[in-house]
Amino acid sequence: MPPLISCNNLTIGFEDRVLYRDLSFDINSGDYLFVIGENGAGKTTLMKTLLGLKKLLGGEIKVSSGLKLSDIGYLPQQTVVQRDFPASVFEIVISGFAGKSGFKPFYSADQKKLAVENMNKLGIADLKNKCYRELSGGQQQRVLLARTLCAASKVLLLDEPVAGLDPYVTEEFYELIRKLNEEGITIIMISHDIPAAKKYASHVLHITDEPTFMTKRQYFSEGYGAGFAILKDNGN
Amino acid sequence: MATLIEYLSYPFVRNALIVAVLIAFCSSLMGVTLVLKRMSYIGDGLSHVAFGALAVASVLKVTNNMLIILPVTVVCAVILLSAGKNRLIKGDAAIAMLSVGALAFGYLLLNLFSVSSNLAGDVCSTLFGSQSILTLNPTDVYISLVLSIVVVIVFIVFYNRIFAVTFDETFAKASGVNVSFYNILIAVIIAVIIVLAMNLVGSLLISALVIFPAMASMRVFKSFKAVTIASCVFSVFCALLGIMIAIIAGTPVGATIVACDAVLFLVFCGIGALRPS
Ligand SMILES: Nc1ncnc2c1ncn2[C@@H]1O[C@H](COP(=O)(O)OP(=O)(O)OP(=O)(O)O)[C@@H](O)[C@H]1O
Ligand SMILES: [Mg+2]
Repeated sequence: MPPLISCNNLTIGFEDRVLYRDLSFDINSGDYLFVIGENGAGKTTLMKTLLGLKKLLGGEIKVSSGLKLSDIGYLPQQTVVQRDFPASVFEIVISGFAGKSGFKPFYSADQKKLAVENMNKLGIADLKNKCYRELSGGQQQRVLLARTLCAASKVLLLDEPVAGLDPYVTEEFYELIRKLNEEGITIIMISHDIPAAKKYASHVLHITDEPTFMTKRQYFSEGYGAGFAILKDNGN
Repeated sequence: MATLIEYLSYPFVRNALIVAVLIAFCSSLMGVTLVLKRMSYIGDGLSHVAFGALAVASVLKVTNNMLIILPVTVVCAVILLSAGKNRLIKGDAAIAMLSVGALAFGYLLLNLFSVSSNLAGDVCSTLFGSQSILTLNPTDVYISLVLSIVVVIVFIVFYNRIFAVTFDETFAKASGVNVSFYNILIAVIIAVIIVLAMNLVGSLLISALVIFPAMASMRVFKSFKAVTIASCVFSVFCALLGIMIAIIAGTPVGATIVACDAVLFLVFCGIGALRPS
C-alpha cells in the first residue's frame, strides 16, 4: 500500500524566512506520529503547510488517492478568544460540519446524530448544553477534539492538545487519542512531551534546523531521544 | 401618555418606529461576531467613513444619499478587512487613518460647499442622528425595509458558517470553509448595517447600537443562539423605549436610544454577576 501522505524535500517557513529544508517523511495509515521540537522551531508552521493553510516553499506533498482533504482534521492550538466564548458545547461540536454542508443553511439530522456520537465517544455527552467557557481546560480540549472528529475521520493533526492540562487529565486525553488511533485513525500530534512519545508514538519527527524523522525505536536508541533512556517503554 | 398616543397616530412616527425596530434588530445580529472577532474597531471606523460619504453625497446633491454612502462604505469595509491582515500596514493604524481622514474630509466638504444656513446643526444631526429618524421619506423606509430583510436572510442562511468562522478561523479554514469569503461577507453586512443605522442614531453612535446588546447578552446567556436572540430582543426593546422617551421628553432620538442601551447593559451586568456560574 502506498503511504497515506508522502512528503519529499519540503522547505518550510515564510516567504521572508526559511525555517528548515529537505524534510522528507512518509505517513502510513494507522501511524501515530509525534512532532517534537523547541518553541518556535516551526512545528505549527509544518502542520499548517500540510493542511494547505500556508504556502509550501519547496518540495512536494503527495497524498494517497483514497484520501481527500476533507478526511484530514485539525485541532489548532487554542486561542485566548475561545476560552470565554459564549457558545454551548453542542454548538461547537457540530460546527465541525460547517465546511461540509455545501450551500445548505442548516445541519442535517445525520450530522446532529454523528455529533452526539462523537461526544459520547469522548465522554462529554452530559456536557451537551453546558457553556463552553465554564468548562475546565481538559473538557474544552475534548469538545474541540469532538469537533475535529466531526470534520474528519481518517487523519487527525493535533497541535499541542495537552498544553496546560494537569497530569491526570493529560493522561486521560492521551488514552482517548490512543483509542482513536487503535480504531484506525492516523494521528499526527505536536507535543513537548517526550515521555508520552515514548509511551504512545509509532514515529517521531524531531524539528530543528535539520529535522530528523525516525521510528520511535530509532529515536530513543540513536536519535535525540536516547538521552531519555530511563523512560519506560510500552513496547509498540 | 396622551401625547404618545397622539404621536402614534401620525404616519411619520409609525414609519420611524418600524424602521427603528428593523435597524435595531439587524444591528444587534452581528454584534456578537464583531465583539468576539475583535472587530468592533472596524465598525467604528466604518461609521466615520459613512459620515464622509454622506458629506460627499450632500455636496453632490444626489437624490438619494444611500446610493453613494452604501457602496463607499461597503468598499471601505473590504479594504479595512484586508488591511487588518497586512503585516506591513498595521491594521488598527490603517483604520484610524481612514476613519479620521474621512471625518475631516467630510466636515471640510460640508464647510466649503454647504448652502445651509445652519451648518453646525446639520453636522451635529448627521453625527448624532438628531431627529432624522422622524423625517424619513417613504423611499428611505422602503430601502431600510429591503436592506434589513436582506441582512436578516443572509444572516440566517449563513448562520452556521458565520459561527464557525467567529469561533475558530483556522479550524474553519482547515475543515473546508471558505474563510475569506465569510470574512468579506461579515464586513459587507456590517457596512450595510452601519449605513442603515446612521438614520437612527447618527454616525458617531452606531457602534453603541452594535456592541451594547451583544456585550449585555454575553454576560447572561450561555449559547451562541441564545446570545444572538437576546441581543435582538435587547436592541429592539431599547430602540422602542428610546424613541418613546425621546418623543415625550423631546430629547434627541439617537442619544436617548444609546442611553437606554447603556442603562440596560448595566442591569444585565448585575444579573450576570448575581447568577451563580
Ligand atoms: N507570519 C509569520 N511570518 C514570519 N515568521 C513567522 C510568522 N509566524 C510565525 N513566525 C515564526 O516562525 C517560527 C515558527 O513558528 P511556529 O508557530 O511554527 O513554532 P512552533 O514550533 O509551533 O512553536 P510553539 O512550540 O511555541 O508552538 C517562529 O520563530 C515564529 O516567530
Ligand atoms: Mg505551535
